Amino acid sequence: MSGSSDKEPIVSIRDVHKYFGDLQVLKGVSFEVMKGEVVCIIGPSGSGKSTLIRCINALNDIQSGSIEVCGIDLTDPKLDRLALRKRVGMVFQQYNLFPHKTAMENIMMAPILVLKEKEDEVRQRARALMKRVRLEGKEDAYPGELSGGQQQRVAIARSLAMSPDVMLFDEVTAALDPETVKEVLVTIKELAQDGMTCILVTHEMGFAREVADHIYFTDNGIIVEHGPPATFFTDAKDPRTKEFLSQIL
Amino acid sequence: MDLLADFFRQIAEDHPRWNFIWMYEPVQQGKVLSGIWMTIELSIACLALSMVIGVVGAFAQGSRNLILRSLVQGYIQFFRNTPPYVQLLFFYFALGQFTPTYSPDGWLEVPIISNVGWAIISLSFFAGAFNIEIFRAGIEAVPESTREASESLGFSRKQTYRYVVLPLALRVSLPALNNNLVNLVKTTTQAFGIAVPELLYQSVTIWNDYPSALYPTMLLVFVVYVILVGVLVMSMSHWERSMRIPGYGV
Repeated sequence: MSGSSDKEPIVSIRDVHKYFGDLQVLKGVSFEVMKGEVVCIIGPSGSGKSTLIRCINALNDIQSGSIEVCGIDLTDPKLDRLALRKRVGMVFQQYNLFPHKTAMENIMMAPILVLKEKEDEVRQRARALMKRVRLEGKEDAYPGELSGGQQQRVAIARSLAMSPDVMLFDEVTAALDPETVKEVLVTIKELAQDGMTCILVTHEMGFAREVADHIYFTDNGIIVEHGPPATFFTDAKDPRTKEFLSQIL
Repeated sequence: MDLLADFFRQIAEDHPRWNFIWMYEPVQQGKVLSGIWMTIELSIACLALSMVIGVVGAFAQGSRNLILRSLVQGYIQFFRNTPPYVQLLFFYFALGQFTPTYSPDGWLEVPIISNVGWAIISLSFFAGAFNIEIFRAGIEAVPESTREASESLGFSRKQTYRYVVLPLALRVSLPALNNNLVNLVKTTTQAFGIAVPELLYQSVTIWNDYPSALYPTMLLVFVVYVILVGVLVMSMSHWERSMRIPGYGV
């Protein structure tokens, strides 16, 4: 999975500053993600992880610096958000499924309405996706009838239905109980093994160690330390990283 | 005549205050029926138009355009804070002066918008102002995160509104909407003030001509409204039930 240095970066973030009013949340963050890479962003609450990942699909705007995703410049005032969102899928902590639509309808809506694809083709693909996230038989269930883990897997399938180039996962297991966490992580892991570029904000250290190509540790709006999991977890140099790791590992 | 008519004719003779004249006299019967029909037409037209105003207004209220938002806000304040009866008179007598007329026979000047038209417009705008606020409350009850999800799937603002926000907001809004629409049906009686021949108007002409028919006709007005509003409430709760989502709160 690693060794992608010869590839082009699919996401490049340079010196990004982000304020919410007077509060500076990102204080000059830079990193690159190569195609097919799996990147985990870890760090304490309030360190700017979620803000950072939300900037990558323009849910948050930035005040200075630059973000380029799949060749699209996000700081362009004439940014075509639709074009960006066709390339970038996002999964949220609270699943955010459409509660008035069945699992299948949730998956099918965007390809039909946004990509204007034919309903029959989308239905076939949606069925395949339901199978892929191991939810066969739940096609006609409403989100309220599914467990948290099942809802989250529908949410992943819903994003995948748009055939994105990059998937963003914003603490997608934080609202789940330990048993269901696993079923969601397995789905993401399979996705990563299939070569999908994934950026995850997560507190699942075991998962990060196992699946990530690169780990970034953020604290107080900056990237304090980063590296491949093999060295990151054992050879952390920065005292803040060491302290964080010592408390959770 | 038939048995029923004879029965009520007899009651009118035996009890002079209980003259159910529209049960045996065809002209009065025609007035009552056309009055009921006009009330139904007026109600349906106002329900539909006020709902459209509510949906469009609530959408406009969420716009980024400050001028549009202020216009909607001004509209709501005006129609919510003034009596509907005064609005009705204003629309008919003041605005009615400026509407163009046409001449069907070369002599008469007939305004394009009739008194019925003005009643529909005025009452719809009145109820519409409340509907906007009702829908807005429903829209605000839809979590920001749900909107973000549809946004990040590439939905435009219009698509998000139509396919995600509105269906959810509507479910939250239905009980309050129910109340407002019930009020609207009852407020159609005020169209009496500009001589719209709805049920109350027709009833008043009946009891002015036949004072003996006062009690029965008032009773009739009450009964008809109880039934009309009853039908509305029943269909609204049927609608509410049919939109219920398994496993979802509202």
